[in-house]
Amino acid sequence: MHPAPSIIIFTTLSGLGYGLAVVLGLGLLDPATLATKIAHVLAIAMIGAGLMSSTLHLGNPQRAWRALSQWRSSWLSREGVMSIVTFVPLLWSAWVCVIESRYLALPGLAGSVLSLATVFCTAMIYTSLKSVQAWHTPLTPACYLLFAAAGGLVVASLFAFAGGGNASLLAVLAAVALMAAWIAKTAWRRNMLTLVPISTPETATGLGAIGKVRLFERPHVMENYLTHEMGFKIARKHAAKLWGIAVVLGGAVPVVALLVLAIVGQVSSAIAAMFACVALLSHIIGMLTERWLFFAEARHAVMNYYNG
Amino acid sequence: MTSLPALPTPKKLGLVIDLDVCVGCHACVVNCKEWNTGGYGAALSDQDPYGADVSGAWLNRIHTFEVVPQGGEIVGEAGEARIVHFPKSCLHCEDAPCVTVCPTGASYKRADDGIVLVDEDMCIGCGLCAWACPYGAREMDLAAGVMKKCTLCIDRIYNETIAEIDRQPACVRTCPANARHFGDLADPSSAVSIMVAERGGMDLMPEQGTRPVNKYLPPRARKPLASSTPLPKEDTTGATGFFAWLDDMLDRI
Repeated sequence: MHPAPSIIIFTTLSGLGYGLAVVLGLGLLDPATLATKIAHVLAIAMIGAGLMSSTLHLGNPQRAWRALSQWRSSWLSREGVMSIVTFVPLLWSAWVCVIESRYLALPGLAGSVLSLATVFCTAMIYTSLKSVQAWHTPLTPACYLLFAAAGGLVVASLFAFAGGGNASLLAVLAAVALMAAWIAKTAWRRNMLTLVPISTPETATGLGAIGKVRLFERPHVMENYLTHEMGFKIARKHAAKLWGIAVVLGGAVPVVALLVLAIVGQVSSAIAAMFACVALLSHIIGMLTERWLFFAEARHAVMNYYNG
Repeated sequence: MTSLPALPTPKKLGLVIDLDVCVGCHACVVNCKEWNTGGYGAALSDQDPYGADVSGAWLNRIHTFEVVPQGGEIVGEAGEARIVHFPKSCLHCEDAPCVTVCPTGASYKRADDGIVLVDEDMCIGCGLCAWACPYGAREMDLAAGVMKKCTLCIDRIYNETIAEIDRQPACVRTCPANARHFGDLADPSSAVSIMVAERGGMDLMPEQGTRPVNKYLPPRARKPLASSTPLPKEDTTGATGFFAWLDDMLDRI
């Protein structure tokens, strides 16, 4: 599948934003501190920027509001509805924190639950597609949810080290969530690499009864929408390297950095926050790589008609 | 409304494509483009049409496959492989995954005849329906930013302003080999249903659970090349009369 930058940025940013919103909604940061107030604003900004980015790939973005209507059948519509509903408790919580320096459990917990539900809807858009077998597994929403939680905890750790709360606790939680997320993702990738394709050129053409089917001539000489959108291929050697980069930058580096910070305890908060900031940047680069691979490595059933 | 019709549609209008007959001339492809660029919805745009990197939206495309039987060898080396031309357009599936994923309600399946359509005024061009279709039946029109697909020439088949003989999809009407047939596959007595029953019409990718309405008729069995009558060898023994005399005379020269 073609890795569209707008979708990669959307899922990465909104994942981090919703993850941070979950942590804030659970009241794990001290609402009286400046760091927590900034965290509230940042969570909403990341979610908003992600959603804006997702409309960039639309052919007619001015009609995007129509996407809220088919929540009965469409996961994309459900995602749209949930993202808007989720803004209500998130803005409420942010207001209460920023203006009144308080934490309210009702909007907080509602925001946490709805944030996770929105991420689940995003994941289900991909999971529901039987035509992309690698995505069509319960491991897909598991990975999206765990990565959102882990990313949120990494961002929250940064703000905790900057004075927002119990930094050691958050850093340990972030490390644990990161490990869980990457274990799930490793299982997801093993499933993708070892799956037996349910559709083949033989089933796609119905000619399997005669023999082995091979594309002899394409229907056209140049690329078309289908080969561009669904025919993206990445060399195996690069995929393996990029996977390594994703695991190291997205998982290993932030886990080690956060655990070291948690063990060393409160050095100077500025140095700790800077260290946590490096962990977060590394995690973001790793996540962008992971999301790029999520699309680039997935094979679409239509490629059975294109020898792809 | 992107929920599929709750009950089976009373009519299942669709195509039957005969892979034994198709000669791969692409006439249906061209006539489809010609009709649909001026018919239902936005024109089927091309990008860089006269340049080096030409591309465009087409609703019907012909692939050509080579099928090699077990133990057979590929064309050009020995002769058991066969070439099959393979027209591909929307199959108007009963469980159309492209319909249920649509977030806006633009993509729908008609409850009365089962035709799957896009309401282009509601389409936001997100492309998710094209991802959901395992057959590659949908292509985005990059100029209009809306999804295009086979309409089964809905503006021909119900069109009372054109001659009755023309009230068929453009691809069916134009096929010079009669490889494409249009009809109601819900009616067991229709010509297309009888054809499907007699020739063992098949579904493409049945494992995807889409239950396509369009059916493909498999190529008929072919006798192996080796058992065909061999070409006559050069041999003049047994010639009689004038030819025996001529053979004898030419040998002497």
